[in-house]
Amino acid sequence: MQTLNIEALKRDFPILAREVHEGIPLVYLDSAATSQKPAGVLDAMDTYYRRYNANIHRGVHKLAEEATGAYESARERISRFVNANQAREIIFTRNATEAINLVAYSWGRKNLTKGDLVILTEMEHHSNLVPWYILAEERGIELAYVPVTPEGLLDLDTYRMLLERKPKLAAFTHMSNVLGTINPVREMIAAAHAAGALALIDGAQAVPHLPVDIQELDADFYAFSSHKMCGPTGLGILYGKERLLEAMPPFMGGGDMIKRVELGRFTVNDLPHKFEAGTPAIAEVIGLGAAVEYLAEIGMEAIHAHERQLIQYALERLEEVPGVWVFGPEASQKGGVAAFTFDGVHPHDVAEILDGNGIAVRAGHHCAMPLHQKFNITATARASFYLYNDHRDVDVLIEGLYKVRKVFGKNDKPQGQAHG
Amino acid sequence: MDDLARELIIDRYQNPQHKGRLDPHDLGYEDDNPLCGDHIRIELRVDENDVVTEAVFDGHGCSISQASADLLVEKIIGKPLAEVRAITKDDVLESLGIELGPVRLKCALLSLKVLKGGVYGLEAGQASDELL
Repeated sequence: MQTLNIEALKRDFPILAREVHEGIPLVYLDSAATSQKPAGVLDAMDTYYRRYNANIHRGVHKLAEEATGAYESARERISRFVNANQAREIIFTRNATEAINLVAYSWGRKNLTKGDLVILTEMEHHSNLVPWYILAEERGIELAYVPVTPEGLLDLDTYRMLLERKPKLAAFTHMSNVLGTINPVREMIAAAHAAGALALIDGAQAVPHLPVDIQELDADFYAFSSHKMCGPTGLGILYGKERLLEAMPPFMGGGDMIKRVELGRFTVNDLPHKFEAGTPAIAEVIGLGAAVEYLAEIGMEAIHAHERQLIQYALERLEEVPGVWVFGPEASQKGGVAAFTFDGVHPHDVAEILDGNGIAVRAGHHCAMPLHQKFNITATARASFYLYNDHRDVDVLIEGLYKVRKVFGKNDKPQGQAHG
Repeated sequence: MDDLARELIIDRYQNPQHKGRLDPHDLGYEDDNPLCGDHIRIELRVDENDVVTEAVFDGHGCSISQASADLLVEKIIGKPLAEVRAITKDDVLESLGIELGPVRLKCALLSLKVLKGGVYGLEAGQASDELL
């Protein structure tokens, strides 16, 4: 496999050339929150607005045809990128959160009744918890949680035990946004199917960083997010198996999701339009089409391999810093995410001091409060990596963490030159 | 943030002068900053003339939230409640001596929100940013 030329990749992302304070360049380590965008994505959106901005699906004029063509061909590309069986199984939503809500509201309300069991895990993002809490309150369904081990892995024995209780659905993340854990989703989906349950996967952190083949995984529903994979904000994707989507009632009503409306009744449109009420995020879909083309050209295997060796290096170097504790499994079982605490220093203070050195990390609970409660902490600082990060970025982070120690009066011997 | 202000904040964070609990107390109130999990509780003793005789805070969070609470509690000891009610967010920011962005502002002002919730005798969870 080809190794990536990171210096060249960095130049694809205009924002990475900026300074955040005078003379201090940006070191962007917050891609798990949102990724930066390559120029090709920005250009694709810009060209749509400048050259062929029009509403889609209804117009017969030239611009409407071009816009509709670009929108639907982006759907095809996105569908191929995750190897869906067909493009009509790809539904555009506002974000991954809305994609999960769509399943909870449409599939859940039709298929779940009082006493039905849905399995979740302790490492879920709030977006794959709260929609189910709402449904539990409304319908009296039961929720059970796969525990997280102290190493930051899912306790698969408990998962198998929960499956014996014949749940209707198992909904879990492909990759944790805090621990970085990459879950064995293929095996977990197969186990769910063997128990007669459907499987919904939150792939918001996985699709940007790993090769994902939805047919090979055999996922029933798979949600992911545009803005974490070099695409624009305001766009999420729900993949659903055709026969499931066909049997589901519409989620929102309005234009484009209907075939015919009379006073007092309507006929639902075909997939995927049935779930895309109103004018969608046309420019954003076109932007994401450009993003998946960009990622596919570089190669997801190469991106994953790059991030794996980067996180390995980052974990080694973080271990050197006294007082820093990283959560989650070892490098071989995780993606490019390192959430950590710092003895005697709150994560917000860590993030603020790092910002002074131009380093962008996230501090807080990362929308995974139950997971933080499990580890008895209120917050962590999180550095997360992407294809445009390199060893030098890790070195800058480590230097920044020694500065945190100094500011908080923890005396270290002078540090030698950072290696790498 | 300039170094001198930061030094004061970190000193107060690491060596708070007024951290603890008062048992019994006349007024007590607590709240969280849901964005980052900062938590502050403030307890006061007030004499028959409505003057604060003792005040402490307890809690956890970032240096700014905790230092701000320590400085605020110090400021109100010996003051009549009427004066405590009149404390503004600018007073708090002035004693911290720093300029803050919108996110850290919430950290800095949590203690004032808690204090006002206490002196206005609000029910738990009822203190809002409008008190500031």
